[in-house]
Amino acid sequence: MTQPTTANAASRGFLTEGGKYPGLLGWIFSTDHKRIGLLYMYSVLAFFLVGVTLGVIIRLELIAPGETIVSAQTYNALFTVHGVIMIFLFIIPGFPAIFGNLFLPIHIGANDVAFPRLNLFSWWLYMAAAALILISLFTGGGPPDTGWTFYVPFSAQTTTNVPLAAFGAFVLGFSSILTGINFVTTVHRLRAPGVYWGRLTLFVWSLYATAWVQILATPMLAITLVLLILERLLGAGLFDPGSGGDPIMFQHLFWIYSHPAVYIMVLPAMGIVSDIIPVFARKPVFGYWAIAFSSIGIASAGSLVWGHHMFVSGMSDMAILVFSLLTFIVAIPSAVKVFNWVATLYKGSISLDPPMLFALTFIFLFSIGGLTGLILGSAATDVHVHDTNFVVGHFHYVMFGGTGFAFFGAMHYWFPKIYGRMYHKKVATLAWGIMFTGFNILYFSMMILGLRGMPRRYYDYLPEYTDLNRVATVGSWILVAGLLLMFVNLIRGARHGAEAGGNPWGGLTLEWTLPSPPPAENFATIPVVDHGPYDYDRVSPPHE
Amino acid sequence: MNPSLITTTEAVDRVFLYIFGISVILLLAITAVMVWFVIKYHRTRQPQPQPSPRYNLWLETAWTVIPTLIVLSMFWYGWQGYTTLRDVPENALDVRVTGRKWVWSFTYPNGRTSDILVVPVGRPIRLDITSEDVLHSFFIPAFRIKRDAVPGMHTFEWFVASEPGTYDAFCAEYCGVGHAKMITTVAAKPDQDFEEWYEQEPSGEADGHEEGRQLLASHGCTGCHSLDGAKMVGPTLLGIFGREVTVTTNGVERSLTVDREYLERSILRPRVDLVKGYPPVMPPNAGLSPEDLEEIVEYLQELR
Ligand code: HEM
Ligand SMILES: [Cu+2]
Repeated sequence: MTQPTTANAASRGFLTEGGKYPGLLGWIFSTDHKRIGLLYMYSVLAFFLVGVTLGVIIRLELIAPGETIVSAQTYNALFTVHGVIMIFLFIIPGFPAIFGNLFLPIHIGANDVAFPRLNLFSWWLYMAAAALILISLFTGGGPPDTGWTFYVPFSAQTTTNVPLAAFGAFVLGFSSILTGINFVTTVHRLRAPGVYWGRLTLFVWSLYATAWVQILATPMLAITLVLLILERLLGAGLFDPGSGGDPIMFQHLFWIYSHPAVYIMVLPAMGIVSDIIPVFARKPVFGYWAIAFSSIGIASAGSLVWGHHMFVSGMSDMAILVFSLLTFIVAIPSAVKVFNWVATLYKGSISLDPPMLFALTFIFLFSIGGLTGLILGSAATDVHVHDTNFVVGHFHYVMFGGTGFAFFGAMHYWFPKIYGRMYHKKVATLAWGIMFTGFNILYFSMMILGLRGMPRRYYDYLPEYTDLNRVATVGSWILVAGLLLMFVNLIRGARHGAEAGGNPWGGLTLEWTLPSPPPAENFATIPVVDHGPYDYDRVSPPHE
Repeated sequence: MNPSLITTTEAVDRVFLYIFGISVILLLAITAVMVWFVIKYHRTRQPQPQPSPRYNLWLETAWTVIPTLIVLSMFWYGWQGYTTLRDVPENALDVRVTGRKWVWSFTYPNGRTSDILVVPVGRPIRLDITSEDVLHSFFIPAFRIKRDAVPGMHTFEWFVASEPGTYDAFCAEYCGVGHAKMITTVAAKPDQDFEEWYEQEPSGEADGHEEGRQLLASHGCTGCHSLDGAKMVGPTLLGIFGREVTVTTNGVERSLTVDREYLERSILRPRVDLVKGYPPVMPPNAGLSPEDLEEIVEYLQELR
């Protein structure tokens, strides 16, 4: 086992060396998986901040009944663009493209992904698609106002710039498919000697399951969006009952991709949580195979439950019976994961460093998201809460409270590895506390509003919903204050933080055997791995 | 009301209670164990981890099988509740619900139409729902019912009001700029009051303007156009006749004075001339009868 060192002061590993071209060109044309990972990180985070800004404006409009700061039409564009950005530009590419790129090859002892140039091409596709989506906001009939779900017949009739935005999402799909193909191949072909399947980190397992969903489900989205574009540009009539089409068929097509996409969003988050907890509890993960196989279980069973978005659509009762049953079945592997994570803490030696705080918070917030999901899976109760603020609260708990907080956890976990420096831990903990408070105030209020009957996508509401809307808006300010503090702390840390050393957390996985930041060529010689990623009971971590 | 009849509210609330009850217990249990472990095994108290197994078949089996049983019971209970929502009681009164941007209208068996849903207390109501344009969804929170209004298709839901009173009804499926205004009222009246309302002729011809105003309301115009000068999604209709407006026609901007011809064109084919400063969202009214159109234009001429 090689001894990690801190890269010497002049060279900061892949951050400064290895580009074929100087300066910015050395980044945007780099085929180094780490540089591509960082390119993704900066672009995805930029869109995340745009999405957050739009979210805050949405909440501001809702501070009082009636029109307060934006008109109805602007509001509709706001939540549409907020949703499109958060889903397609932040949360779907977030984990695989950023942290998968940065650490999947290192976790299996490889020097890069299987197809480095294809990898760079994926990033370019992502940027091109993002540009298309941005252009769609300012051209044609103005920003799309369909909601991120693009439901027909509305999306076929509105005068706003739907085709271009849909085309942007279509191109993004290809970026996602290519990343998936790259990762599946990499995991199959490039594992270092000794990294057999039972020694893969759970993060890699989760990316592997995700990659299959990306490859198999994304083409459905592509087809759906092409049909929508045909419907609009050629009046194809596929979804128009007047021409023998069927608007409900669009919903099936849309959700056949978009429900599995929820697992693209959440599986890698579960993977990183499974990796963080053992490190900070100094314990082998409990139930390795149960966690690994539950990822596969979620990925496959999760492909069969899309109909639970359509219980009131007019779909047949028979279909509702089946989709409701299957939905409850997918809840089981998620529960199994939660139990195994908690069991990993047992008899450990636990430190509550920021990554661990975020990981444990993931468990709590994701549990709320999952348990409220049971309300949505049950046919009787879904009828009441469907398309209300309850759903909006629920999916923010899953995607933001779950995946978002795991994402922040991953940032704090790998930060010292990426930049070779450490952020201020106390400030990070404070930022966590503020975000956690704001988050719950915001979205718990929205769930209650939904239970009391307030529909979603309403810029105006009846006076009886005023109090909780106001509370939720204040919650959004607290949440954003925490977010800003977190980002400022991280940016300061990247520039001025103390040297972090090769293995600040005492991790056992391969990235912690490398200097921080890792060299451009990860491993001088491909390592031979002789222990599992969580063998705290057999080996001690490589130390600084 | 037939005392053995289970209302939709009761059927759904039971399921809420069951699922929320178990969920709260589970959440508290998981969180408590997590917090307890974090405190007990904190590194300040436990500098070194203690040996413990990496796997336990019994535990894994238990926490797979028990949740499975729990979720299956939830599924079944939820399904039972749902069948209540689908089983319309025998003697239900049939009311047709039509959604269009952005109003609901209700048609009763005797042909009476209304833009609020008036129902007799204690009598089950079966709603036969459809849409004239895009998707909508007819949602009455108090009765826990919701069903999409789909163009070209008829869906249904039922409910029974056990108390007299008024309840809100919303459009829950996003349908464009007037979505949040697509709200109406369910008025539950005692039998006699209902009968009286039901047999009454819909429009009172009080001041000769009543009919025009009602037509505007029932065609959803007033969802976006005020009659009192207030700015809403669209321009106000107060004093519209003879007003100078700037419109874009085929991409070219021009000014004109509002006359009968312009009013008729703008009502039937609103995308032809787009008024500057307003979003191009008004739906065409191709189905408007010539008499109604005439009536509306007459009314607008006098609205000042
Ligand atoms: C500070 C952060 C955020 C705030 C204040 C916020 C606020 C909101 C609000 C109030 C809505 C509901 C709009 C309505 O129904 O009228 C909404 C919708 C939505 N949000 Fe967020 N949100 C935030 C972050 C996120 C994140 C991180 C994600 C995804 C990972 C996300 C994804 C969505 C989606 C998909 C919708 C639905 C849009 C639609 O209805 O088409 N949001 N958000
Ligand atoms: Cu509607």
